[in-house]
Amino acid sequence: MKKLLLTTAALALTTGFAMADTVRLGTEGAYPPYNFINDKGEVDGFERDLGDELCKRAALTCEWVTNDWDSIIPNLVSGNYDVIIAGMSITDERDEVIDFTQNYTLPDPSAYLATSADVDVKAGVVAAQTGTIQASFVAESGATLVEYATPEETVAAVRNGEADAVLADRAFLAPIADDDAALELLEQMELIGGGVGLGLRESDTELKVTLDAAIQSMKDDGTLNAMIDKWDIGLTF
Amino acid sequence: MFSFCSDPAALDGLNWLSCYLTTTKHMQLYYAVATVLLLLAITAPTALAFGFGGAMAARSHLLPVRWFGKSYISVVRGVPDIAFFLFFVIALDQGFEWMRHQVLCPDWDQPVRQGNDFVVCQAAKLPLGSAPQWIHETYGFFLAVLTFAIVFGAFAANVLFGAMRAVPRAQMETAEAYGMTRRQSFWRILVPQMWVYALPGLSNLWMVLIKATPLLFLLGVEDIVYWARELGGTANPRFTEYPHGDWRMWYFLGLMVFYLGITRVSEVFLEKLMRKLSHGQATTGGESQRKAAA
Repeated sequence: MKKLLLTTAALALTTGFAMADTVRLGTEGAYPPYNFINDKGEVDGFERDLGDELCKRAALTCEWVTNDWDSIIPNLVSGNYDVIIAGMSITDERDEVIDFTQNYTLPDPSAYLATSADVDVKAGVVAAQTGTIQASFVAESGATLVEYATPEETVAAVRNGEADAVLADRAFLAPIADDDAALELLEQMELIGGGVGLGLRESDTELKVTLDAAIQSMKDDGTLNAMIDKWDIGLTF
Repeated sequence: MFSFCSDPAALDGLNWLSCYLTTTKHMQLYYAVATVLLLLAITAPTALAFGFGGAMAARSHLLPVRWFGKSYISVVRGVPDIAFFLFFVIALDQGFEWMRHQVLCPDWDQPVRQGNDFVVCQAAKLPLGSAPQWIHETYGFFLAVLTFAIVFGAFAANVLFGAMRAVPRAQMETAEAYGMTRRQSFWRILVPQMWVYALPGLSNLWMVLIKATPLLFLLGVEDIVYWARELGGTANPRFTEYPHGDWRMWYFLGLMVFYLGITRVSEVFLEKLMRKLSHGQATTGGESQRKAAA
């Protein structure tokens, strides 16, 4: 009996150590080129490359998880995964609930995608994804805001005429405009947000320090810039 | 999947389609169909068991048990499903983790609630943080079964409660006249006869349950509606070997056929069951069967 107790205790201890190194990364999987599901059904994109490299540098074992954008913050704080890596811009509102690492992209100008160049984005109907910085920007700009749960639906709203334009990160809209002759990017851009960072629980200070250091090392040796160029995310550091 | 799929850009027509429909991503859609069917197969009997227990409790002669049964039925029926799935499940999960935390990490000195965060020791995590993804998915699946069973169990309890009262009083009186105890007349007379009154209500619940599965994605379980939206969305040539436009309509059309198919099969099955249950019953259905046979 005593032996049994000892083995279980030893087992509990060893698994305890092994676990400390597994970090679950939560993403949306519907926002190319930041994150999307590829033909193989795996998470792919700029943030996949970035996350894997960060985990390698910080010597963490990482596991990718997809989660609905709407419930991505509640599921982080209740501990279903440990990091949000989903193109989430650093804002004061979000910073009250969760913590952010330093930014791994520069503030990317948000662009409008519309069917014609003469859309009035201050008075027309503008689509944006629910709970994004673009949605709160449109809500205050004077235009009529229509919100959708997924990025795909915001673009579909412009295609079928429900909205005059969609406001989203330029990196997300540019490939769509390239592929579809009926859609074009407007010249007007909006500078909102403080760049994209990793979202963490406020109590997870240790992980924040580790990941901050890993991001800094990627900034220093230029690998981050190379990734930003590869996926056409925007400005480099 | 097929050998000729190595260069999708060179293919066209049926060849392209056969390669497209067999990508690993599509396999996950087919896998999700199986998940949904498995969920229905497990949830329906579990919910029925919850409902039977609830109805029995609501009829109990012990006041606290009766209160428990009645409040289960009315509280759960009153809460919207989506609220139940968002908050109750997270609370349930946190409740499990809190209990494990108390047992496994007695010398933990930090508070479990830190502002917005819910923090338990690593060993108390459910499933363990180091567990492979399929364990997380299975755990989410069983949380879903439990939540569906509680929600639909409350509706089923109400249906069964009503059905138990619909059994003709004369039947129960006869049982009493034969000297049966309460327990005997419940199991031998009431329960066999009540199903015919319960079936229309239960079949409605089954139909609603079939269509409630998209709530699964709130728990991180990827169901067919999630994959239909994901696969049907515009596929940009930069990010896939199989670019296409907005095909969500076709995928949702497929889903519609799938759901209508299940509905049809259920209807046929339920009709047969109804005929069987009516046999020899003092209802119009049972009466017409008797006349037809005579």
